[in-house]
Amino acid sequence: MAARIEPVSGHYMHLEIEGRPHRVYFEEAGEGIPLVCLHTAGADGRQYRAILNDPEITRHFRVIAYDMPWHGKSSPPAGWQEEDYALTSRAYVNQVLAVCEALDLDRPVVMGCSIGGRIVLHLAEEYADRFRALIGLQSSAHVDPYYDLDWLHRPDVHGEVCAAVVSGLVAPASPEADRWETLWHYCQGGPGIFKGDLHFYKIDGDIRDRLHRIDPARCPIHLLTGEYDYSCAPEDTAEVARGIGGGVEPVTMKDMGHFPMSENPDAFRRYLLPVLDAIRARG
Amino acid sequence: MFERLQDRVNADTRLVRRGRLVDAVVLVGAGETRYRLTFRAGRIEAVEKGPFVMPGCTFALHADAEDWDRFAEARPAPGYHDLFALLKRRRLRIEGNLHPFMANLFYFKAVFAALRPEGA
Repeated sequence: MAARIEPVSGHYMHLEIEGRPHRVYFEEAGEGIPLVCLHTAGADGRQYRAILNDPEITRHFRVIAYDMPWHGKSSPPAGWQEEDYALTSRAYVNQVLAVCEALDLDRPVVMGCSIGGRIVLHLAEEYADRFRALIGLQSSAHVDPYYDLDWLHRPDVHGEVCAAVVSGLVAPASPEADRWETLWHYCQGGPGIFKGDLHFYKIDGDIRDRLHRIDPARCPIHLLTGEYDYSCAPEDTAEVARGIGGGVEPVTMKDMGHFPMSENPDAFRRYLLPVLDAIRARG
Repeated sequence: MFERLQDRVNADTRLVRRGRLVDAVVLVGAGETRYRLTFRAGRIEAVEKGPFVMPGCTFALHADAEDWDRFAEARPAPGYHDLFALLKRRRLRIEGNLHPFMANLFYFKAVFAALRPEGA
């Protein structure tokens, strides 16, 4: 039987991020409005495999999912062995801007999940005019640490602990194959990378005191949150909407956890398609 | 309720294999009631119900009895569906030597998920 080849292509791009040369892997599919997809902490762009393969989406959107530096098939910058990876708000914002500029994207939509759902709030505050719309999945303004992050990077604990830590963030009803595909990505993360991403998520990326500067009239913001996510619970997203002060209506996704696009793609698209339709209608 | 873990865990060959390096004594508090679970090579050798006098343990997990009940439901509500969900909501306390717990986190999560009805 002949193989079924997905209509997704992968490329490596070379670009400078904050003055350092990087080799970044991305996958893309479709034509139309650029839709840049940001994966969760400690994972990679494979989380968007279903979006990249969804003809209803790729008919109107050029879907681009890149692996952040240090993640997936992207390389860490040269000299990585001499440093501890710790993502900051500034570095993350600059990374997203650099990728959009390097690919010459015209006012893209950016959709991010978890740390990606946080960074879209930073983009909304600082660079609203550069984006057509922003979609935050599992968006919160901050998360208090609730376990000791040092367990995520120790030579005497296997890295699969990262997958075990997040396993409960997948909703109970999500399909088994997609649940374990999602956790496999976490099993494959480089040493210390999940922990380094959480530096942004739990410490540096706190945006509570700047939410009021976000103006959804300049750039529409859509927030979708799974009800089983205890890392970013629906009430955390509601707090974001209140902090922005109007113009954002968060949607709670039933029977969904922290990784909607990856843990239950079929259920997620029912929430995403109306959002994409609204973005397209605005032009 | 923790007595039922012994048969369920020991009958699950994949789970026992996953925990093959686990040797630990785990104290579980459900409100005022104490249980002591003895793990050897991924099997549960004994489940004893307290009260105990000065029980030693590798690590201990404490939650209210009602929270364990909700955790053990076939389809737990959001916030009760995972040990770390309880931890995030400050409904669970974990103390002691956490190295075996974290190094075998998939195993211990599955062990406690076995409180739920089979097939859940």
